[in-house]
Amino acid sequence: MGRPKIARKSTNIDMTAMCDVAFLLLSFFILTTKFKPSEAVPINTPTSVANKIAPETNLLLISLNKDGKVFLSVGDSKNDKDKKEDMIKAINQEHNLGLTSGEIDALKKAPFIGVPVAQLKQQAHLTTDQMTGATLPGIPCSDTLNNQMIDWISAAVTAYQGEKLNLILKGDNVAKYPVFKNILTAFKKNEQFKFQMVTNPVSVPNGTDLYRENISGKTQM
Amino acid sequence: MVDLGFLLITFFIFTTTMSQPTAMRLALPDDKVKPEDQNKIKQSGALTILLGKDNNVFYYEGELAPDGSNFKASNFKSIRDEIITKKQQADTNLVVVIKPNDESTYKNFIDILDEMSINVVKRYAVVDISSVEDRYIRLTEGEPAPQQ
Repeated sequence: MGRPKIARKSTNIDMTAMCDVAFLLLSFFILTTKFKPSEAVPINTPTSVANKIAPETNLLLISLNKDGKVFLSVGDSKNDKDKKEDMIKAINQEHNLGLTSGEIDALKKAPFIGVPVAQLKQQAHLTTDQMTGATLPGIPCSDTLNNQMIDWISAAVTAYQGEKLNLILKGDNVAKYPVFKNILTAFKKNEQFKFQMVTNPVSVPNGTDLYRENISGKTQM
Repeated sequence: MVDLGFLLITFFIFTTTMSQPTAMRLALPDDKVKPEDQNKIKQSGALTILLGKDNNVFYYEGELAPDGSNFKASNFKSIRDEIITKKQQADTNLVVVIKPNDESTYKNFIDILDEMSINVVKRYAVVDISSVEDRYIRLTEGEPAPQQ
């Protein structure tokens, strides 16, 4: 009879505090996430086994869409935007476009440059919504006589002097090879011999040489 | 149970990164190098891969025969075996020459470069297509040769 009675505890726990925290975190993340803005120039990149992450700063991104139109943009950092301004100023001077400082500022804020040099003034007056891959003509570089990419890359090389410039090429699956070759020509003319191409990662197929190398832990080329 | 679930959720939220695009590096040759300073490739180790339209791949080993007898058609699935066979045959002499024609797409080009890294081909070059090769491709694809 001497057994002490164990008080039966209720299985209910007070979860108010935890719910508060969880809810706070949830609302914090929901409010702070930025959605990827819908791309003005949709591009389906090819896949490759390359495993190096594409850089995000000091970059000059050349987009090549499915119609073979070429667009130019820079990274999101402030430094990159300033360099873009330098480039636009250089192009403005070189081609005597007579852009006002307001127009230069508008082009600097634009997500990408997608018109021939002579039409930069018109692009400066478009709103961001009006700038899409479908409506803009793209930077001409389809023939060797009028390859304006040469001018743009030359301006970029000057603007990024003393800093590392990452040339990134983002091409669409169905873009034709000649346009790509003309962009390469523009790189070569400016003595830029190294660049990177954006791809979607895929895993290395089993049984290939690279697969065996990765398994054995050797460094990849 | 709830706190375990909560722990897992927070763990995965903090550790996940969105799938980021990767980049493939490519170094271009300097065109200004004089032809006599350029490396000659051994014919025995040369494999030339030609890219045509509609994902067609063509290849020949060594030099293209005047009658085009060693010009063979292939595709992206079977070209890997060709590269592997050639690699075993030629060993260190292997040089792959890639020649895309005007009808090929950017994807074809990336795919074939990817094939180079998949098969660990250390030496490859991208060269402009010659009119003879272009004509063979167009003939095989059943198209009239372009008017020059």
